[in-house]
Amino acid sequence: MIRVEELELGYGERLVLKGLNFQVERGEFVGILGPNGSGKSTLIHALSGLLAPLKGKIIIRDEHLGSLSSRLRAQMLGVVPQTSDVRFPFPCLEIVLMGRYPHRKRLGSLTDEDLLWALRSMRRTTTEHLQERPVTEVSGGERQRVVIARALAQDPQILLLDEATSSLDVRKKLEIFEILKFLNVTQNLTVLCAMHDLNLAALYCGRLMFIRDGGIVQDGPTGEVFTPAILGQVYETPMEVIRHPGHQRPYAVMLPLSPGEIEEDAPEVARA
Amino acid sequence: MPNSSISAKAAAPLDLAVARDRRRTGVRRFIMALLALGLGLLVSVVLATGIGRMEVSWPTVFSVIFGKLGFTVAPVDRTTEVVVWGIRLSRVVLSGLVGAALATAGVVFQGLLLNPLADPFTLGVSTGAALGVALLVMLGVGGSFLGLSPLPLGALLGALGAMVVVLVLSRESGGRIRKESLILAGIVVSTFLSALISLIKSLDEESLSAIVFWIMGSFSGRGWIHVGFLLPYMVLGLVLSFWYHRELDIMALGEEQSHHLGVAVSKVRLNLLLGASLLTAGAVAVSGVIGFVGLVVPHLVRVLAGPSHGRLLVLSAFTGALILIWADVAARILLASGQELPVGVVTALLGGPFFFYLLKSRRTRGMW
Repeated sequence: MIRVEELELGYGERLVLKGLNFQVERGEFVGILGPNGSGKSTLIHALSGLLAPLKGKIIIRDEHLGSLSSRLRAQMLGVVPQTSDVRFPFPCLEIVLMGRYPHRKRLGSLTDEDLLWALRSMRRTTTEHLQERPVTEVSGGERQRVVIARALAQDPQILLLDEATSSLDVRKKLEIFEILKFLNVTQNLTVLCAMHDLNLAALYCGRLMFIRDGGIVQDGPTGEVFTPAILGQVYETPMEVIRHPGHQRPYAVMLPLSPGEIEEDAPEVARA
Repeated sequence: MPNSSISAKAAAPLDLAVARDRRRTGVRRFIMALLALGLGLLVSVVLATGIGRMEVSWPTVFSVIFGKLGFTVAPVDRTTEVVVWGIRLSRVVLSGLVGAALATAGVVFQGLLLNPLADPFTLGVSTGAALGVALLVMLGVGGSFLGLSPLPLGALLGALGAMVVVLVLSRESGGRIRKESLILAGIVVSTFLSALISLIKSLDEESLSAIVFWIMGSFSGRGWIHVGFLLPYMVLGLVLSFWYHRELDIMALGEEQSHHLGVAVSKVRLNLLLGASLLTAGAVAVSGVIGFVGLVVPHLVRVLAGPSHGRLLVLSAFTGALILIWADVAARILLASGQELPVGVVTALLGGPFFFYLLKSRRTRGMW
């Protein structure tokens, strides 16, 4: 689905990532993790065609990303950015209908199929009730769901998310990842998301890619790479990984940087 | 489980019919507004043609217009015919066209740059046109070109020249044009060109009044030939703007999201800027610099008709035409002495406070 070869990314003189090589198969759910400034967003930008590579290739379904027309690219790739500030009060339905742009003919009017796609995407993201509401007047979580609906209305095979849930509360995050998982399982949608929340990643992603110091330091099935050693190395933080007794997924617990402090603050807990 | 709740909801039928009907209602409302504006425009043309120092009754105006269009009507004396057809109607039509061009250009500039203050001024286009005229006036270029004074051509070249300079300045190494650099470049170019105009004014005292008159904007002494001069630019500019109306909607979400949705951002932006510049250049070339129409009309229409650019472009063009026709009538008759005001003064006097009201009013505040 996606093949990256010897990719080198940066802005002008500043090199951010180099020597990237990886493949993502159809239907994978990949989390891209790494500390702040490690280049997660840069990678997503490059995969979405927004940032041209300095060197190397990005091949999507046997085509060079750079040689695809904007229209064809948008038919394959949906992108949910970190923030999606909209200044004009378009009704949410109109925002979602914009996702049909790469499928519409210039002079053709909106078809029932387009409208159906938009409504179906809104239902999937539970935003159907927002159809008439101006996008400038909905909450941050609702807006992000509308934007995801728009990306789904593009009918893409690949969905890229750049910290799309970072600003949302726990419940909203879970809701969005439930939707992504649902589409991943039922439609075989390929999902790549750059994210911060380790435990959210461990809960939903089948594969994790850790980025640090300008390159990929670990890449593999969540069960294999979500280990205290790797997490500790990537984030320079002591961590413990525990398996949840119920769902059996791993989760990370951070340990304080200086072990002495806990006893002073809460001696009873430490003793227990 | 959330998963099962999603699939349970998916079992209910989608309200396609409801959504379709809602959208149809929107279209119907748009058509009604368009009909009302169109009717208002026709009535305004006739009314505005009747108003002036020489009394002409409305039936006479009709007779002249229909007579010219080839209908058999009651004969009208030659002087009246010349005044109504040759002087007034041409001027009314021209002011309507210029109003439509400026308002459309304003919609495009504002939509593209996500900036409520974007208009031909901010981007240096108007100032470029004014400089073109000032240069010709200083050089004392006279005579005529295709029956026109060369000043409009100077304005046109100045406007397009300024736009090109602004585009080159704001182009980044990759060939991308960023909207932030575009506005900055526009302001820099505009300021620089204004300084040049001031320099010309102080170097050449004689041409001062001619330049000032041009900069204020006026339809005085304009006729059918100017309409003919404006039309090609107008048609080209309008076609370009409307061709990309859907992209304008999407680009209101910003560069990045437009890219993700499949808009060829740089190409579309360049074409839209070209279209809006042609509209501005044509308008400035025949009438001088008329401010506030391109700024206020899109705001006003957006409040009433919503942000969708297809409708916004059409309704703004009509509204701009209406407003400038009546502003020019005011410019003709306002002064008791019978002297004419530059129409740019009228639009600035009306537009300034109105813009202030728009900025302060509740309904527009959330918009920007």
